[in-house]
Amino acid sequence: MRTLLAVDAVIVGGGWAGLLMAKELGSRTSLNIVVLERGPSREPADYATDMDELDYAIRLRMMLDLSKETVTFRHDVTRRALPLRQHGAFQSGSGVGGSGEHWNAQVPRYLPDCFELLSKTTERYGANALPQDHAVRDWGITYDEIEPYYTRMDKLLGSSGRAGNIRGKLIDEGNIFEGWRSEEYPTPPTKVPYFAALFRDAAKSLGYHPYAAPSANISQAYTNPDGISRGGCTYCGFCGRFGCMVGAKAQPTNLLLPVIQKRKNVSLRTGAWVRRILFESTPKSVARGVTYVDSSGQEVFQPASLVFLASWTLNNTRLLLLSRIGEPYDPSTGRGTVGSNLTHQVSVGAATAFFDQPLNRFMGSGSAGILFSDFDRDDLDRSGLNFIRGGYFAARCYGFQPIAAFGVLPNSIKATWGAEWKKASVSYYDRTATIGFAGEHLAYKSNFMDLDPVYKDALGDPLLRLTLDWRDNEREMVEFATPKAVEVARAMRAREINPFPGLRSYDAVHYNSTHIQGGTIMGDSPAHSVVSPYLQHWQLPNLFILGGSTFPQNASANPTPTILAFVYRTADAVIDRYLKHPGPLA
Amino acid sequence: MRRRHFLTLSAATLGGVLVYSLDRKATLLAAQHKLVRVPLRFFTETEALIVAAAASRVFPSDDADPGAREAGVAIFIDRQLAGPYGRDRFRYTQPPFEDAPRELGYQGSSTPRQIYRNGLKSLHGFHLLSAAAQDEALHKIESNVFFSLLRRNTIEGMFCDPMHGGNADMIGWQLVGFPGPRMSNFDEVDKYYGKPFRPKPMSLGQTTGSKVRPSEDES
Repeated sequence: MRTLLAVDAVIVGGGWAGLLMAKELGSRTSLNIVVLERGPSREPADYATDMDELDYAIRLRMMLDLSKETVTFRHDVTRRALPLRQHGAFQSGSGVGGSGEHWNAQVPRYLPDCFELLSKTTERYGANALPQDHAVRDWGITYDEIEPYYTRMDKLLGSSGRAGNIRGKLIDEGNIFEGWRSEEYPTPPTKVPYFAALFRDAAKSLGYHPYAAPSANISQAYTNPDGISRGGCTYCGFCGRFGCMVGAKAQPTNLLLPVIQKRKNVSLRTGAWVRRILFESTPKSVARGVTYVDSSGQEVFQPASLVFLASWTLNNTRLLLLSRIGEPYDPSTGRGTVGSNLTHQVSVGAATAFFDQPLNRFMGSGSAGILFSDFDRDDLDRSGLNFIRGGYFAARCYGFQPIAAFGVLPNSIKATWGAEWKKASVSYYDRTATIGFAGEHLAYKSNFMDLDPVYKDALGDPLLRLTLDWRDNEREMVEFATPKAVEVARAMRAREINPFPGLRSYDAVHYNSTHIQGGTIMGDSPAHSVVSPYLQHWQLPNLFILGGSTFPQNASANPTPTILAFVYRTADAVIDRYLKHPGPLA
Repeated sequence: MRRRHFLTLSAATLGGVLVYSLDRKATLLAAQHKLVRVPLRFFTETEALIVAAAASRVFPSDDADPGAREAGVAIFIDRQLAGPYGRDRFRYTQPPFEDAPRELGYQGSSTPRQIYRNGLKSLHGFHLLSAAAQDEALHKIESNVFFSLLRRNTIEGMFCDPMHGGNADMIGWQLVGFPGPRMSNFDEVDKYYGKPFRPKPMSLGQTTGSKVRPSEDES
């Protein structure tokens, strides 16, 4: 294997986390930095002609090529895992910008007590409040410590919204149940499409507190602290699974890449498939660099003084397992940490409503819409509830396209093809919309990842195996949320309503969200976590792991803002402290 | 080298004036053209006739509205099967293949091309049957993998951008009031509350003024 010239830092993965780290390190230090991205190069101009539902949203042109690598799945350890042969419950991106190119750009923050979930829940509801087999952990950090980095994230993205809590002062137009913010959003809320306006009025009439969904599809022109200017969203409706045609959506290629490209000390190599992180234990524990197969098919070794693992969340865990770094988690003994705390945000269509009037659903954006969080708060009265934690309700106006949206019908219509089906599907096409519910997913001892004993990737390495299922806490939460959503749909004067049929076993086939997390979690002790709250590996202090793989459990909110906030915090700690005195930061 | 096959479309049954993007070239199909021969990339002529007939039972034409026949769904499916999708270019196809519950998704080794080739064998002479007999034949197979793929591909062919060979003249989009890609809905998104906003559909090529290469033309 050829050994390349050593660099100061190698960053594995060119998505949100990797490129934000590259921008911070690259522009604030003179370190020689290499970013390795497995997929193709991408730039904003690529998206001028991508508004084709078939190739992008159905054939999933921007996603990971599963012919080379997928994951295997089983619901519990008694079953045999099989490969997910096509994209299903989650869709990992590939290429420069990663999933940050084709995301919907919803930018809520996590609730303050998410970071101290174990201690706060125990304190408030007693030691028996959490399910018996839970693996819930504190993160080793508080919301107050991460808030300044959330604010930096919002300024980077130009987030649009209305604050509901500025330093404790509650503001009715915003989400009054959210954690405190040090400042107002950089840009005002986005426009409200019709379905969301109906939802807002109905929610208000029922006594809830609706607010505009936080959006990184920005409402108006904005220039961020790096001097990057973007125009406002045009509500074209081609958002999730597409790159933004006009650049209004915050994406790594329009916010981070232009800064990185000006820096001579940062280089980005595409088509670089990282296989292992090399390390040594004597004379001291240190990561030496990474091996990868380059775009010509040659395997090379890239030595580096600092290694940042910032690939997609599941792949972070897989690379640690393949590299034999740390002890793999074993659910039968509870020993080991790598692969534990696999979680996936609970996300359901709680009520699908059918209206008499047209909704003009083709207009919208991935984050246009109205939410209410009255059941997603630190201080919810839990008397009579047989679940803990909660979630928020949403009327999202993504911009609907007909291949995916055609044929959603009231339960009273049984036909799935033929004349009656066609007639009903045409007539309901623009009169149908879904109220969503997104809830927290606790960590459990029996939901985890390890290497599959049978199935391999295109290079012959074992696939990652997911063992994952819902528990009663999630089922009860959805059971509680569904009639609430139906009640809102009734108040919106829907003609017919399909309630969500109930959460049974985890559905790996239909899209849920790409917010699957855990595997290399952060925490305050190496006994239960892989990295410290500075995302620094406990045993290899020059290895940092960035992304949703470091989150001990899943919040109701979408993860990207929290991922970015933690990358900022780690970048500061590396630049201000580690580079001066290399060693453990925590 | 495969013998060239064509699907012959009758302008009369299609009705009106339709623009087809036939084999990468737009063709104006007008009343004065009695018959148009479309070169096929994957199906034999008989297979294409069966697929066209079956798709038009899934998504039938009626007095008021067009369906799969007018949209050119069979031509769309022919091109998809000839391209990377048809040979499972992007699916994980490493063995072992196991029978699995539906909750783990399609686990078979057959590619879409093979699913169609095998599935069509069970519909021998289908295109010659009466509509009622065709429906009966489809009901018999409606729970199998072939039918569910045919149904899904029929919807795709009804509503895809016309560059893919279906949704001819954007009749699928007109049917449901979808305008295709629009550069901006800024002025309209928070107006038209409760009232239909139905701009005339435009294809991706028309909206952007650029020639876009569809995935089925890639290797």
